[in-house]
Amino acid sequence: MHTPEHGDANAVRIGVYICHCGTNIAGTVDVHAVAEHAGKLPGVAISREYKYMCSDPGQELIKADIKDHGLNRIVVASCSPHLHEKTFRGAVTAGGLNAFQFQMVNIREHVSWVHPDKRAGTEKADALVRAAVRRVRFHVPLETRRVPVRADVLVVGGGIAGIHAALTLADAGKHVTLVEREPTIGGHMAMFDKTFPTLDCAACILTPKMTSVKAHKNITLWAYSEVQEVSGYVGNFTVKVKRKPRYIREDVCVGCQECIDACVYKVGKEPDEFNLGMSKRKPIYLPFPQAVPQVVTIDPESCIEFKSGKCKKTCVEVCADREAIDFTQKERIETIEVGTILLTTGFKVFDAKRLPYYGYGTYPNVYTALEVERLLNASGPTSGEVVLRDGRTPRSVGIIHCIGSRDEHTNKHCSRVCCMYALKLAHLVQERTGAEVYNFYIDMRTPGKGFEEFYNRVAEEGVHFIRGKVADVYPAPENDGRLVLQAEDTLLGRIRRVPVDMVVLAVGMEAQADAEDVRRTFNITCASGGWFTERHPKLAPVATFTDGVWIAGACQGPKDIPDTVAQAGAAAGEALSLINAGYIELEPNTAYIVAEDCSGCKTCVPMCPYKAIAVNVEKGKAEINEVLCKGCGTCVSVCPSGSARQNLFEDDEIYEEIGGVLAYA
Amino acid sequence: MPETTKGPAAAPAQFEPRIVAFFCNWCTYLAADLAGTTRIKYAPNIRVVRVMCSGRIDPQFVLDAFAKGADGVLIGGCHPGDCHYESGNYKTLRRFHLLRRTLRTLGIEEERFRLEWLSASEAEPLKAVVNDMVEKVRALGPLHLEVPAEAFAEEAEEVAAR
Repeated sequence: MHTPEHGDANAVRIGVYICHCGTNIAGTVDVHAVAEHAGKLPGVAISREYKYMCSDPGQELIKADIKDHGLNRIVVASCSPHLHEKTFRGAVTAGGLNAFQFQMVNIREHVSWVHPDKRAGTEKADALVRAAVRRVRFHVPLETRRVPVRADVLVVGGGIAGIHAALTLADAGKHVTLVEREPTIGGHMAMFDKTFPTLDCAACILTPKMTSVKAHKNITLWAYSEVQEVSGYVGNFTVKVKRKPRYIREDVCVGCQECIDACVYKVGKEPDEFNLGMSKRKPIYLPFPQAVPQVVTIDPESCIEFKSGKCKKTCVEVCADREAIDFTQKERIETIEVGTILLTTGFKVFDAKRLPYYGYGTYPNVYTALEVERLLNASGPTSGEVVLRDGRTPRSVGIIHCIGSRDEHTNKHCSRVCCMYALKLAHLVQERTGAEVYNFYIDMRTPGKGFEEFYNRVAEEGVHFIRGKVADVYPAPENDGRLVLQAEDTLLGRIRRVPVDMVVLAVGMEAQADAEDVRRTFNITCASGGWFTERHPKLAPVATFTDGVWIAGACQGPKDIPDTVAQAGAAAGEALSLINAGYIELEPNTAYIVAEDCSGCKTCVPMCPYKAIAVNVEKGKAEINEVLCKGCGTCVSVCPSGSARQNLFEDDEIYEEIGGVLAYA
Repeated sequence: MPETTKGPAAAPAQFEPRIVAFFCNWCTYLAADLAGTTRIKYAPNIRVVRVMCSGRIDPQFVLDAFAKGADGVLIGGCHPGDCHYESGNYKTLRRFHLLRRTLRTLGIEEERFRLEWLSASEAEPLKAVVNDMVEKVRALGPLHLEVPAEAFAEEAEEVAAR
């Protein structure tokens, strides 16, 4: 019993406010009855109901009542504290009380929205309000802690989202470390030929930004690196980054690529990852001509020197006194300290082999859309010629939409970009080859600026649209190398069989295969399917539940380039806002030790995941370092003497809550 | 059904168990929030007490809830490896097993005390857990902690004989 006025019935004066939330709460909870019930509880000086407690007049009500009725505790029953706790703490503070002489009750998410039965809902709301009223009597004024925020930022993932975010932050004068696991930044966008619906060349708009990243004085670019471990908390993260060996000294290599020409392999033998295996690369390679950083990489799996140690090392010879090649390079771990983290780790393309009836991997002329992007690209495997694997130009092309999207067996979600990129590919393929192009779609989804107009344009250009899901792809009976696409045309109501030379699968977007590991490393949450969860779907779309960590781009869900860039800018802006404030206020819910009750038994010490507890040998008492404590309360629950306690979650407060929810009246 | 707020006085047709649910702030409490925003319906018998971490749940809280008339206690925390505070849920798990055995000794059936890992995105599993637990506890009937004196007769004699 640590509240001074406890026991003095007149000293505690509680104001209770039951929010209607329009009809959101009032529709299924008898708010009037709840307010009336609360008014009769001990300590309650005033109990009201109001349409929208979070509105200005609602907050004013609290402020005025504190003054007029001498209130010293406030209970608001409305939505989740995750939504409006801050709002009401603000109102309580503005009314002259300490922000923590307040308790919030969740009667919307936890009651009215989940329990349609009004009697049961009202009874539950009563119980929860009663618990809060009993609990709040024990609340004491607390002070928030201010923790300084480091100005340095970590951006993870060097696709267009990471690039845009890094540049935005760096332009504002903040130091950014951009970590990318591939040898170059650029991500998927670097692989595209043109972007919809404007048809501007992807490389033309992306590569200048890539170069700016490398040139920017405030950006440290660590490509071919992966974040291994993150510790600390908002404002003060310590990050360990694994720098994979390129076997090239990055600071010395100038990207002349003479070593590639000099390699003992006259032609490439390894599938070129950047061209999705449609061309070959040498063991020493640059992923693509505009790669950033302009530094070659040696693949030890295929390099003769690594395999046998008996290579002539013509690459070393040609590099001469620059001595950029270093076969002894080892993986190394670097540690950086940052205040904020932006995750822009992107997506994975759906693996078309998972749907064998489309014949990908079986019939050579079945391609994924990304492969066709590379075919269309002037720096691609065919220098921009759309040709089949045998070199012929296709005279007819079938594009199948929704591969791995909107499908019960693979992914239920719509990947959002496929309709538009399928239209783009239809346009480009028709333009380059003059082929007849057939689009097989389920629904044509073109919601976006200029998107529907683009669809109309492509339709006017003579691209065929067949509304139907392709059920089968099989070799034409004529044995002429063509493939037949069979689908039910749902507009005509009959089965169509369309023979084509080339099949393009509009594969969808999936979360990265290791999204789960990344999520764990950064302690954020994933929705089903592995997409990172935003703090609020509408109002906090780039924040996460872990303070100081933001997400942007396709790691949060399928999206196109403009939306990705918008999110990246938003995330950078939110990080900047925190950095510029210079500090963050932390919840005062830390644990503390009541020294006179502590026997120095050390039970609590190993419980703390942050090593915040130490036993003062001289005094024989445990002591909690408030700066290190994050307020989980695990030490409190194991303390045999009850001397370990937690602000805001005191034993008394929780016991009162338990009693409150269980009491009948 | 008339809209009244009278609890047991309204004499419910069937036994409605009262279950105290201790949910951690970062996973299970958010799963319950998500159930709300997605309008998933589930049994109204649980009363959520929010703690920052399931590691904060003192076994005494559970005993207190049963002593104060709860018919069941549900603990919800983050999945192993997902704890917002690194490892609080593991500590909860250790305590849970010991406590459940202790409760069994006191005559409190296992179905009345449950630990579930429910992440912030698992609103549907939350619904399933709550509904399942409510049904199981309903089938068990109200928890009567009072143990008849006869149960201790033998022991009492032994003590007296010493």
